Amino acid sequence: MDFAFIFQTMKTLLAAVPMTLGLFFLSVSSGGLLALLIVWMRVAKNPILSNFAKGYIFVFRGSPLLIQMFLVFYGLGQFGFIRYSFLWPFLREPFVCAVLSLALCTAGYSAEIFRGGLRAVPAREIEAARSIGMSGFLLVRRIIGPIAFRHALPAYSTEIVMMVKSTALASLVTVWEVTGVAQRLISQTYRTMEVFLCAAVIYLVLNFLILQAMALLEYRLSHHRRAAVSRLP
Amino acid sequence: MWLIEVLGFGQKGWGGLLIAGAVMTLCVTIVALLIGAVVGTLVAWAKLSGGGVLRTLGNAYTTVFRGVPELLIIYLVYFGGSGAVTAIGRYLGYEGFLGLPSFAAGALAVGIISGAYQAEVYRGAFLAIPKGELEAAEAIGMHRGLRFRRIIAPQVLRFAIPGIGNVWQLSLKDSALVSVTGLADLMRTSQVAAGSTRQYFLFFIAGGCLYLILTSLSDRLFTRAERRANRSMPSSFGQA
Repeated sequence: MDFAFIFQTMKTLLAAVPMTLGLFFLSVSSGGLLALLIVWMRVAKNPILSNFAKGYIFVFRGSPLLIQMFLVFYGLGQFGFIRYSFLWPFLREPFVCAVLSLALCTAGYSAEIFRGGLRAVPAREIEAARSIGMSGFLLVRRIIGPIAFRHALPAYSTEIVMMVKSTALASLVTVWEVTGVAQRLISQTYRTMEVFLCAAVIYLVLNFLILQAMALLEYRLSHHRRAAVSRLP
Repeated sequence: MWLIEVLGFGQKGWGGLLIAGAVMTLCVTIVALLIGAVVGTLVAWAKLSGGGVLRTLGNAYTTVFRGVPELLIIYLVYFGGSGAVTAIGRYLGYEGFLGLPSFAAGALAVGIISGAYQAEVYRGAFLAIPKGELEAAEAIGMHRGLRFRRIIAPQVLRFAIPGIGNVWQLSLKDSALVSVTGLADLMRTSQVAAGSTRQYFLFFIAGGCLYLILTSLSDRLFTRAERRANRSMPSSFGQA
């Protein structure tokens, strides 16, 4: 094993980690917000809203992320009204396109996960809250939101790990994140195994840290599920 | 009509090529699912009943191949496989670069990934078999092979159908990434069509629609398979 080469490769790849993290955080946060909107539409009584949300979820979960990303990156620039609008300086940037398509895609998956969480909220808790006069936003903020989020958390952490892996696709629209840099190194040096191992270690460490953070959050949010600690001497 | 001409099957139409690409995508995914089934069974077996070393290896396999981006694994198999083929060629006296065929590389890469997911599916399905049935089989003197064939395999296959359906959907979408090796699958064909006609939006929408058709049809197929496999079971909660 050539440790000097591995060290050099690691250094080059680590320099691309901020780009991967930037893609990840921006797309997960904006995708999460969009997912809240979609899930609100999905459970709405209005058939137009709920059918729109159903269609959105079907399209974005049913087609590959790569084709969505190419659609945003290559497809949008084809239209004059976008090319000459105020949005163009942003949509011209590959980074913005990658974040946009990652967020749109994860919103579809997350909306289904959040809906699963909503369905797990026991009806009696909502009835109890209504009986003491809570309604509207207060009911969502105090009762439905926390319980649903707690239930959705395990599945949502899987989705977040998927998102870390999905940021790799941004390299195909010329955003130089870890996988893109790794691919460039492979085609320059033809030392596939070493480069792969370095990149794999980076992704595994990222995923490990994220899963640990999610497990910690889950632990913090389930005090009520553990037996009360005896404080007696 | 310009739209029909471009998407149709005529001289200037890309319809036929897009359909061929969809068939290629299906072929890659099917071969990958079969490779994954073999790999997944071995890994699940290693994780369930292997000794310390085998179990660690199985855990490492599922962790690495579920935790690393699919694109990176495709690069590994494509470039690494081509390197290996070139080395074998040199050993046999052929000078110069030999590439791994992109179909083989793609199916192998997606198969390796789907093997990691399938291993977890089979492991979960095995653990869902009531322990009493395994003990009962042992008690009436079934040896290991017979027990596997009569008790374990049929139930694992039944319990695994929903999970395999999920893995199939994942693999179908992962197979789009194989287009980076130049295989003329649905993704690659829409890309080429979009590039040569400059109608990016139209062709990526068309490709996306074909993917949606593939995923929704196969979803229906798996639901039917699940219903058929469970037709002798008393209907229970969460059944398709």
